[in-house]
Amino acid sequence: MSAALMAEIWVFALAVFVGFEVISKVPVVLHTPLMSGTNAIHGIVMLGGVLVLANAHGPALTTLGFLAVVLGAMNLFGGFVVTDRMLEMFKAKKQKQPAGTGKP
Amino acid sequence: MRFAFEFLYLLAAVLFIVGLKFLSSPARARQGNSLAAFGMVVATVTLLAGLVLEPEAGPPHNLGLIVAAIAIGAIAGAVGARRVAMTDMPQMVALLNGCGGGSAALISTAEFLHLSTARAGADTMFGTIIGSISFSGSVVAFAKLQGLVSEKAINSPVQKAVNALLFLGLLGLVGMLGFSGGGAPAFYALLGVSLAFGVLMVMPIGGADMPVVISLLNSFTGLAVAATGFVLHNNALIISGTLVGASGTLLTMLMCKAMNRSLANVLFAGFGGTTTAAAGAAAGGSAKPFREVSVDDAAVLLANVQSLIIVPGYGMAVAQAQHTVRELADLLAKKGVDVKYAIHPVAGRMPGHMNVLLAEANVPYDQLFDLDQINPDFERADVALVIGANDVVNPAARSDKASPIYGMPILDADKAQHVIVIKRSMNPGFAGIDNQLYYEPRTSMLFGDAKGAVSKLVEAVKGL
Repeated sequence: MSAALMAEIWVFALAVFVGFEVISKVPVVLHTPLMSGTNAIHGIVMLGGVLVLANAHGPALTTLGFLAVVLGAMNLFGGFVVTDRMLEMFKAKKQKQPAGTGKP
Repeated sequence: MRFAFEFLYLLAAVLFIVGLKFLSSPARARQGNSLAAFGMVVATVTLLAGLVLEPEAGPPHNLGLIVAAIAIGAIAGAVGARRVAMTDMPQMVALLNGCGGGSAALISTAEFLHLSTARAGADTMFGTIIGSISFSGSVVAFAKLQGLVSEKAINSPVQKAVNALLFLGLLGLVGMLGFSGGGAPAFYALLGVSLAFGVLMVMPIGGADMPVVISLLNSFTGLAVAATGFVLHNNALIISGTLVGASGTLLTMLMCKAMNRSLANVLFAGFGGTTTAAAGAAAGGSAKPFREVSVDDAAVLLANVQSLIIVPGYGMAVAQAQHTVRELADLLAKKGVDVKYAIHPVAGRMPGHMNVLLAEANVPYDQLFDLDQINPDFERADVALVIGANDVVNPAARSDKASPIYGMPILDADKAQHVIVIKRSMNPGFAGIDNQLYYEPRTSMLFGDAKGAVSKLVEAVKGL
């Protein structure tokens, strides 16, 4: 086992704990945006596609890499936009509240 | 130079972690999403800069193709995400998740072909299997929620046997590729079996359980991405993928808890399928009496009570009735009625979905109440107005041990003085279970689709 692999395993193991810890107190209201937000974060897979495409020789690997980047980019950009749209509404309502109380 | 790139990756990873942290707090959630998106920009720029400035083996290939592919995916993803209706959000997340899983599977496949060895590493196989399952499973989840295939749960022993066979096949192929070296044919077989397994895993699960399935597949994709990080020796992919894998798993468990079910029960019990038969029998013996109420009578009742609790469900969301419902609530509030909304944790099709939909209609946040907050209030409420909700107000969950939803926390709408249920017909709901609430003596049924019925109510209340 190489030192590089061992370091990667360290990173993996610590990230598991961080992942569990960081969202352990999420209110139910935010479950949907959180699912969508984490969905956007694994859109980073696009970068893996870029690495494949940048080292690709021949049509088969180029096609695979190209498709991987397209799918990854859809996941990445779509994910962040969808999440922002959901959370935008939570924000809009917060601004409404003072306006609403000011009316009567 | 190398050091600077590694440092920037670390910065991106920190941004993801802080972004996730913020995403779990209502006040800072949007900021968190932006932080994570900024981290993604940092990671992407770092990678591209590294490819151009410090190529490992000669100058990078296909730079034009890389830019084109990112542009195509970005436009398709962003436009789709802009256009999708809020009610269709669960499908959208499923679809985007499928894209990520598919991407991870393609990367693992490309790396296997690139190395062109007879054996495959554990990371390559893991990325391929989990990525493929996530891809095909998400596509099926999307098709089910979109109504392209039946939402009904399937519970047949044949299907379970086929799944078990596929699973054994997967293990066999993994053994071949890992130890004896099966080469490309075995690898393609692995790919095919994984895709089939994803389809057959999700197909039997009923529509009501799709949120949990999407959340589970979301964490699968995270793990598949982490595996591609191992394959490509890229820490940013490992960290982000693992973060999502871990937090997605926790979120899945939280969702199961909200429904008082175990994950195994969700995945393998064929929930809803077995009960359609029972519900059909109940509907067959539909001599059970229920009361119907006219729009005008309901309007008079609503306008003259002190306190009203609205229980919105998926039916309201499908009919896009949230704006009309808010209009009704505003009218009644002007007449001195105390209006509250009771939000079940799994109302809509994903936890928190209903809050998003009501927020879209500008319902004030302080009128929304969680299950634990609102349940004691039902006894004191004059009217509970149930709009397109079904299973989440089914008292069988409290009392009937034989019911498949027994033990699920429900909103105690049946404890209100009067219950008005707006519903299209007496057909059982999403989980295919008959609802005793409709036959209670204090319950009145107001038939119609949510939007039509509520706008008629609005007119009637205005006319009073």
